[in-house]
Amino acid sequence: MLILMVAAVVLLLSVLPMARLMWELVAPQSGTAAQSLTKALSAGSTWTATWNSLQTGVAGTVLAMVLGTTTALIVSLTDVRGRGVFVFLYVIPLLIAPQVTALAWLQLFGPASPFLKLIGMAPPLGSRNPLYSPGGIILLLGVQYGPMAFLMVRAALRRLPRELVEAALSGGASRFTVLRTIILPLITPALIGAAALVFVSCVGNFGIPAFLGIPANYLVLPTLIYQKLAGAGPAVLTEVTILSIVISLIAMAGIVAQDFLSRRRDYRITTTSLPPEPFGLGRWRILVEAGLAALILAVLVLPLTGLTLTSMITAIGRKVVLSELTLANYGFILTEHAATPRAFVNSFGLSLAAALVAVMIAVPLGYMIAWQRNRWTRALNLSIELPYALPGVVLAIASLLLFLKPIPVLGIQIYNTIWIILFAYCARFLVLALRPTIVGYQQIDRALEEAAQVAGAGLMTRLRTIIFPLVAPATLAGGCLIFLTALSELTVSALLWSSGSETIGVVIFSFEQGGDSAFASAVSVMTVIATVALMLATNLFARRLPNGVLPWRD
Amino acid sequence: MAGLKIDGVTRRFGEFEALKQVTLEIGNGEFVAVLGPSGCGKTTLLRAIAGFEKISEGSITVGGAEVSGPGRHVPPEARNVGIVFQNYALWPHMSVAENVGYALKVAKVPRAERGRRVQEALDLVDLGAMGERRPANLSGGQRQRVALARCLVATPSLVLFDEPLANLDVHLRAAMEAEFADFHKRTGTTIVYITHDQAEAVALADRIAVMDHGRLIQFATPQELYARPANAMVAHFIANGIVLPATVLGEEQAGKVLVDVLGEQVVMDCPPGTGPRPAGVCLRPADLRLADSGGIGVAVKRAVYRGGGFRIEGHPVLRPDLEIGFDLPDPARLAAGEVARLAITGGWVLPAGQE
Repeated sequence: MLILMVAAVVLLLSVLPMARLMWELVAPQSGTAAQSLTKALSAGSTWTATWNSLQTGVAGTVLAMVLGTTTALIVSLTDVRGRGVFVFLYVIPLLIAPQVTALAWLQLFGPASPFLKLIGMAPPLGSRNPLYSPGGIILLLGVQYGPMAFLMVRAALRRLPRELVEAALSGGASRFTVLRTIILPLITPALIGAAALVFVSCVGNFGIPAFLGIPANYLVLPTLIYQKLAGAGPAVLTEVTILSIVISLIAMAGIVAQDFLSRRRDYRITTTSLPPEPFGLGRWRILVEAGLAALILAVLVLPLTGLTLTSMITAIGRKVVLSELTLANYGFILTEHAATPRAFVNSFGLSLAAALVAVMIAVPLGYMIAWQRNRWTRALNLSIELPYALPGVVLAIASLLLFLKPIPVLGIQIYNTIWIILFAYCARFLVLALRPTIVGYQQIDRALEEAAQVAGAGLMTRLRTIIFPLVAPATLAGGCLIFLTALSELTVSALLWSSGSETIGVVIFSFEQGGDSAFASAVSVMTVIATVALMLATNLFARRLPNGVLPWRD
Repeated sequence: MAGLKIDGVTRRFGEFEALKQVTLEIGNGEFVAVLGPSGCGKTTLLRAIAGFEKISEGSITVGGAEVSGPGRHVPPEARNVGIVFQNYALWPHMSVAENVGYALKVAKVPRAERGRRVQEALDLVDLGAMGERRPANLSGGQRQRVALARCLVATPSLVLFDEPLANLDVHLRAAMEAEFADFHKRTGTTIVYITHDQAEAVALADRIAVMDHGRLIQFATPQELYARPANAMVAHFIANGIVLPATVLGEEQAGKVLVDVLGEQVVMDCPPGTGPRPAGVCLRPADLRLADSGGIGVAVKRAVYRGGGFRIEGHPVLRPDLEIGFDLPDPARLAAGEVARLAITGGWVLPAGQE
C-alpha cells in the first residue's frame, strides 16, 4: 500500500518528466525528429553556446573549487576564531538566488555604481561594466558555488579520523607534508564529488549568464534556450528539447567522470573518531583571520551594499549623496506596481507548498530508501536525484512538454497557470528534503521502530507516532532549504511563468531587462532579508537536528 | 504466558543458510538462553520468533498458535511477543510513562485503565515515581528497567531478550543479571534470552540452547552442558574445557568406559553404547591433577598470572601439535620451558562423530 503510493508519486514527479523529454526525440510535436535534430545541431548558435557553457562551466568550477577548498582547509584544520560566524556568512551567497548575486555585483562595478561613486572611484559614464563578459560570468559562478565546494570538503575533513593525522605527525612529517600526503589524498573523493556537483550547477546556471551574458550577446545553453522560447514560444519546443538534452549530456559527463575517478583507488576510511586537533597558526592567525574577513567583505558585504545603495536611489547616474537615499523605490514596487506584490504572494505560496509536499513525501519515501533496502531502492533514489542533478531548464522543458496539452482523461489545463510551476518545483526540490531525511533515518536506531512493532503498532501508526516525530527535525530542515531555494528561484519559473503567475525571480529579471535596476535591487534586497531571517530562525531549533542537516550551521 | 515450539526452522539468505533445521521446544514459564558465538544464527532465530524475519522452512508456534509456517507469517505487531532490546530502544520523544503505555494506547485501552496498568508495571520494576521523566534523564540500569516494564505491560505470551547486557560494564552487568532472575521469578514469563556470554547463560537459564553455524548443537541444562557436552565446540564454549584425542578401549558399562589419552589409561563417563573407537574427550579442571611422576607430560609455553593462580598454556610432549591450557592455583609455580606432569582422573567421551 505504502509502496504503491510512494512509487506513484516518484513516477509522477521524477520518471514521467524525464520519460516525456526522451519521448520528444522519438515522436516530436512538430516535424520529424530528424528534421529538428538537423536544425538544432547544424545551427552555429548551438555550438557556440555549447562551447561557452563548457568554458564558463569548467573555469567557474576551477575558481569555486580553489575558493571553497582553501577556505574549508583553513576553517577545518587551523585554530582560526569565529568559525560559526564565518560559515554562516560564507554560505549565504549559495542561498541567495544567482540572479540576485549577479545584480548585486553589477551594481558594484558598473559606471553607475553608487558604491564606487560614494568612494569616488566610479569609471567614466558610458564605459562598459567589466562584468558583462565571460570573465564576469566565471567570477560570479566561482563566488556563487565556492560555498558549495566549501561545505562538501568541510564535511569530508570533519570525518577524517585524528589518528591518521597524528600517526603521520609522530612519524616526523611536517604539517604541510601531512596536508599533501595524508589529508588531501584522503579527501580526494569529496574533492571530486564537489567538483562534479559544482560543474553541474555552473553549467545549469541561468541567472548569472542571463544577467551578465545576454547584454554582451554571450549565450550559454540555458540562456539560448530561454531566448528561443521567449521569442518563438512552444513552436520551437522540439528544438530546445534537443538543446536541453545537450546540457544534460554535459552534466552527466561530469557525474560519470566523478564516478570513474573515485573508483580508481581505495579511499575508504575505516575508523571513526574525533576530527584532528586544529593546527596552531601562531602569529599568522590574525593574518589568516583578516584574509577570511576580507573574503566575506568581497563576496558578501560589498555586493549587498551595492545592491542596497542602488535600491535606495531614485535617479541612476546622478551623484550619490547619503542624505538623498530613500525608500521610495520600495514604496513604488509594493503599492503601485501590480506584479511585485503578486509575485511575493506567488513565490511564498509556491515555496511553502513545494516544501510541504516534499516533507510529506520525504518521510515515507526516506523510510523505504533507508530502512527497507531492496533492489528498487537504488533506482528509486536515483530517479529522485535526477531532476535536481540535471539543470533546471531541462526539467522546465520536460514540464512544458508534459503539460502543453490538457492532462488526458481529466482534461485539466495547467499550462500557463501557477500549478505547472508548483509541479516543477516539487519534482526538482524533493531531493532536498529527502537527503536530510535519509541522514536522519540512518542516525535512528532501527530498534525504536521494532519496539513499536512488537507493541502492536501497524505501519501507519508507527509512521505517525514514532517515525515522524523522530525524523521530523531533519525533514523540516530540508523543507526550510526547499523554501529558501524556491523563494527566489528563476531558472524554472523563467520558462514556465505566465501573466498572473510571476515569481520573485521573474520580477527581478523583468525589471533588470527593462533597465529598472533600482526596482530590481529593491525586490532583491527584500528577498535577501527574508532569506537571512529564515536562516537565523531555523538556527533556533538546530540543536535538535542531526549534524550537517543545516548547511549554514557549523 | 505460553510455550514456544520451533520445528525444523531454516532461514536462507540467497545461498547462505543462517538457520539450519532448528528444532526447539520451550515450556511455559521456562527461562531459556540461546548461546553461541557471533554469526551463529542466534539473532536470526530471535528475529524469526519476533516476526522480523520470514522463515524459509519449518514452523514456529507460540502458545499453540502457529505464527510462522509454510505460507503463513503473522506480522510482529500481531504476535504479542515482548522484546527487551540491546540498546533498550526507548523512544526519546516520550516520557517513561508514555513509553510504557504505548502498547496499551495502540490497543485502544481506555485511559483510566491504561494509567493504572502503567503504574503497576512501573511499580513492579521500582520506578513508580519516575513516570514523568524522559528516558534521557535516566541511568543505564533505570532505562533497562523501563524497557522491562514496557515489555511487561502488554502481558506478552513470551519475552525475548536480545543480548541485553552486551553494552554494560562489568559491575552493572552483575546487578542486571540479578534483576532479570528476579523479574523471571516474579512474573513467571516464558523467556528466550539471546547471548554470546556463556557465564551469563549458565547463571540465568533453566536450559541453554547452544548454536553454531546456524545449527542447534545441544539443548540441555547448564549442568548437563558442562558435564556432558555434545561436541568439542560445546566443550570449549562452556567453561573452556580441554578437548584431547583419545581411543576408547572397552565397551560402556554403567555409563563408564576405559579410554587411552596420550598413553594414559583412564576410566571416563560416556554416552550409552560407546564401544572401541577413536574419540574426543573433554576434560574439566576437576579431572586434572599435577603429579610428580606418571601422567602425561606437558611442555609449558606460557605462564600468565591471573590472580590467585597461573594460567598455563602448553602442549603435550607426545603431541606438540595439540594445545592444552589449565589453571594452576597459588602457590604452585611453573615457568615457560618446564615440563609439567598431569594426571588425568576422569573426563567425558564425546558422542561418536563429534570430535
